[in-house]
Amino acid sequence: MSGVRVLVGTRKGAFVLTSDGKRTRWKVDGPFFGGWEMYHVKGSPADPDRLYASQSSGWFGQQVQRSDDGGKTWNPVDNKFVYDGVPGTHQWYDGTPHPWEFKRVWHLEPSRDDPDTVYAGVEDAALFQTRDGGKSWHELSGLRGHGSGPHWQPGAGGMCLHTILLDPRGKERMFVAISAAGAFRSDDGGTSWRPINRGLRSAQIPDPEAEVGHCVHRIAMHPSRPDVLFMQKHWDVMRSDDGGGSWREVSGNLPTDFGFPIEVHAHEPETVYVFPIKSDSEHYVPDAKLRVYRSRTGGNEWEALTKGLPQQDCYVNILRDASSVDALDPCGLYFGTTGGQVYASADAGDSWTAIVRDLPAVLSVEAQTLP
Amino acid sequence: MIRIGLPPHLRTLARVEGDVELDVAGPVTTGAVLDRLEEAYPALRGTIRDHVTQRRRPFVRFYACGKDLSHQPADAPLPEAVASGAEPLLVVGAMAGG
Repeated sequence: MSGVRVLVGTRKGAFVLTSDGKRTRWKVDGPFFGGWEMYHVKGSPADPDRLYASQSSGWFGQQVQRSDDGGKTWNPVDNKFVYDGVPGTHQWYDGTPHPWEFKRVWHLEPSRDDPDTVYAGVEDAALFQTRDGGKSWHELSGLRGHGSGPHWQPGAGGMCLHTILLDPRGKERMFVAISAAGAFRSDDGGTSWRPINRGLRSAQIPDPEAEVGHCVHRIAMHPSRPDVLFMQKHWDVMRSDDGGGSWREVSGNLPTDFGFPIEVHAHEPETVYVFPIKSDSEHYVPDAKLRVYRSRTGGNEWEALTKGLPQQDCYVNILRDASSVDALDPCGLYFGTTGGQVYASADAGDSWTAIVRDLPAVLSVEAQTLP
Repeated sequence: MIRIGLPPHLRTLARVEGDVELDVAGPVTTGAVLDRLEEAYPALRGTIRDHVTQRRRPFVRFYACGKDLSHQPADAPLPEAVASGAEPLLVVGAMAGG
């Protein structure tokens, strides 16, 4: 029977949660890299035993770890992320120019077909790639260099490239998202880029409809419909039907359209999940109730999913990389909270159980469907 | 033989227990010791000093013989007691954070 492995990154280490296809009994392994901030752990779609992990520390900087046996053992690979050429400047919080400085890797996105090729989204925002399994990293500098880079500005969490989507139709088209710059698309494998933020409106910036400057929290895609993108922006849930060429709001009846992650059902491209948070100044769930919202209509009409989730005295947040879906049938959903719980649903969100409740604050959750 | 005391996270990363012992050719300076340390334990590259600038990371300190040597130039000689192996060079993570 197939199974699931859920890779969890937390503020103080990584954990590996495994179950068979029923997803009712779970084994919890870890912590791996105890005491380190594990921003992201993700497996290769081409080889599920090949895992990559971003390990960082305010004291000792960035490490990247690689496992070739599904997380049982790990080895450090290259941790040298050097910007291409003269790094230049972006805007600082006060609007003054500030030099690009590498701080950490937020997101690792392995290629769909080559376990040795991985993309890394970093802070200060840039995109790096390895083609040799992590032995060396080089910047895809066309992103920072396409022209709008000097106008990017950090969000409250730093100026991070946190989302990387690879179009399954080939290696040419890819999408990234940056807080607080916006979404960007490449149609030539990451060499050149352009902003794709038309239709976004952010009242918090001087020009609400500016080409860049939007605090995009996450974008998601269903692999069978790669031109349809869903976005959780700082405020607003958005949808594009033309590969990011234009966006329209689909927040509909959500209790609040602020949030971080957004997911698409593994088998239903019009079924979307968000995790509403009260506001940008109160980063916890509204009404002290932990509710996932599901739309089966590609947005606008949302239903609250509450069964098994705390409905009183709850004040957790769900960070932007802390949700995932598996590919089993029914589709499984997973998310982790800043309170250290990892919740799982084996019925597409209808009901939930906590796999673990008392981990350090969860930074990332990635589900792997195992053969 | 130079002795180097690493903080727990870096001992784990380098997969060592206790002090690291290394032979350092030529003048024994902070820079020379770190060059040799990173050569012997590549996983430590970038953890104590920046990959490119080679500057000490802000929350890392160097202590030896009861003195804070963090601010002395990388090419300044370390105390004779460190050069002889009588005393370790301590790489310390600053008390900060949670």
